[in-house]
Amino acid sequence: MNSTDTVRPQIERLQKRGFLFGIAGVLLFAIFGALAGHHGGLAGWQQLFRSYLFAYLYWLCIPCGCLGLLMLHHLTSGRWGYPLRRIFEAGSRSLGLMAVLFLPVLAGLPKLYEWARPADVAADPVLQAKQWYLNSPGFIVRAILYFAILLVIAGLLNKWSREQDSTGDLKLKNRMGTLSAPGVILWALIVTGASVDWVMSLEPHWFSTIYGMLWMVIMVLAAMSFSVFVLRMLADHEPIKDVVDPPRFNDIGNLMLTFVMLWAYLSFDQLLITWAGNLKDEIPWYAQRAFGAWAPIGVVLILLHFFLPFFLLLQRGVKRRLRRLSVVAAWIVVLTLVDVYWIVVPSYERSGPRVHWLDVFAIIGIGGLWVGTFLGQLNKLPLLPLHDPRFEGVLEHEHGD
Amino acid sequence: MKAKPIYGLMAEFESPEQILAAAQKTHDAGYKRIDAFTPIPVEGLAEAIGFDWTSLPIVVFLGGLFGGLSGFGMCYYANVISFPLDIGGKPLNSWPAWIPITFELTILGGALAATFGMLAMNGLPSPYHPVFNVQRFALASTDRFFLCIKARDKKFDAAQTRTFLETLQPHGVFEIED
Repeated sequence: MNSTDTVRPQIERLQKRGFLFGIAGVLLFAIFGALAGHHGGLAGWQQLFRSYLFAYLYWLCIPCGCLGLLMLHHLTSGRWGYPLRRIFEAGSRSLGLMAVLFLPVLAGLPKLYEWARPADVAADPVLQAKQWYLNSPGFIVRAILYFAILLVIAGLLNKWSREQDSTGDLKLKNRMGTLSAPGVILWALIVTGASVDWVMSLEPHWFSTIYGMLWMVIMVLAAMSFSVFVLRMLADHEPIKDVVDPPRFNDIGNLMLTFVMLWAYLSFDQLLITWAGNLKDEIPWYAQRAFGAWAPIGVVLILLHFFLPFFLLLQRGVKRRLRRLSVVAAWIVVLTLVDVYWIVVPSYERSGPRVHWLDVFAIIGIGGLWVGTFLGQLNKLPLLPLHDPRFEGVLEHEHGD
Repeated sequence: MKAKPIYGLMAEFESPEQILAAAQKTHDAGYKRIDAFTPIPVEGLAEAIGFDWTSLPIVVFLGGLFGGLSGFGMCYYANVISFPLDIGGKPLNSWPAWIPITFELTILGGALAATFGMLAMNGLPSPYHPVFNVQRFALASTDRFFLCIKARDKKFDAAQTRTFLETLQPHGVFEIED
């Protein structure tokens, strides 16, 4: 049942191109970063690490979201997840790369975070009060813990999935569901913790309790959209061709619509609470992003990251055609970059939106490496889970063999 | 010439699959004024009888738009025009605070437009409908599936249409008195 020959070489080609872009991007990033550091001094080194962190956070969204969606699928067993499961799994297996790519961030803590600079902390009573949590050893230990837990969950789910391919043992399906229940809770706690540690603490005075939820939905929205885009590439070929049909795309489109709405809901909620609370610790975040030089980007997000996909995804004519749905999906993946940019970069680009060359190189470098790794993982296994008891019969039913 | 005015002809089926196939054939045969009555939702049946477009979404959109604008307008009028009050130094047009009301009234406007628009477009409430003149039609609420071709249809002919419906192997074909 090796009828995927037509798409495998295509994946391989893209994978090579991904690595090529990745290596080129990383090299350019390293060279220009070193130059910036050498000539620009502290500001240059800071730019290096900031660009890296921004690009890293963007590319982390997809694999981390993939793991969340994979567990969601194991818990709910909808047929929408059948053609997507191998994509989610490949995404979750690329978390190992993201763990390695996090190491450079650890090297630049004092450059990135105010709370990691003893002189700044000594001058700031608020930072002193927060130091029991915001300190370098704690940051490192927590990051190790986050990745360790995510990698163990992803590893187990992938291991059982492979076993299911060969044995079809019913127990494996139950085991994946049983792990996913606490897994989703741990995932939510880890995304909350990581977003507080890695992003929120860029502005250590500011806090928001909805922040973790916001990052969760950014991640699953990006991961779902990216997966739809990949599905488009696979859907013309067997075996996926035989299991997807307009009602399935409709389900997937509805999930995307849900995530788009949830994103808007949570983003707005944070603003509303801050607006109503009117407290001096909370306001600066929005004063910086929503009412100053950064405001146009915020407006772009409202119009193009919410209203546009929202109205498109309301149409059955879009949701039931994978070609159109994948265009919306690609749009969302791109706008997620703008969203992450709007959340992360104003923390240090006080005067207004600015894109540094290093941002571009880091996005291409990390992105290329990640896409290459993801596609390599995707190509390793059959493109559909074999012997999943939930979907036994789907192929026979629709294909007649 | 017809002896008494009739509303149409109705065929009774026993399963969703049967009525789905029958509806498809009826539509393919060129009948346009068709209706189907089933005790449970049958996926694809609406498409099979050629129902592809309704203006209800437009009505709902306009209802939602009206609700949203009136929600925002109400907040704006109360806080900016009728009774301006400085709250915590925020601008009088404190728009983030108006969004929940705007949102709620958008939903309300849309829901009301959907409910009453649907009723109006279906011609409801309708105290009399000819289909109930067929005695067995009561079973449409329990376990039988009915397909109706209306006499208004251009292609309708009492004898020919009856013969056509009988080729679909229904459980029975009934004439509906108007």
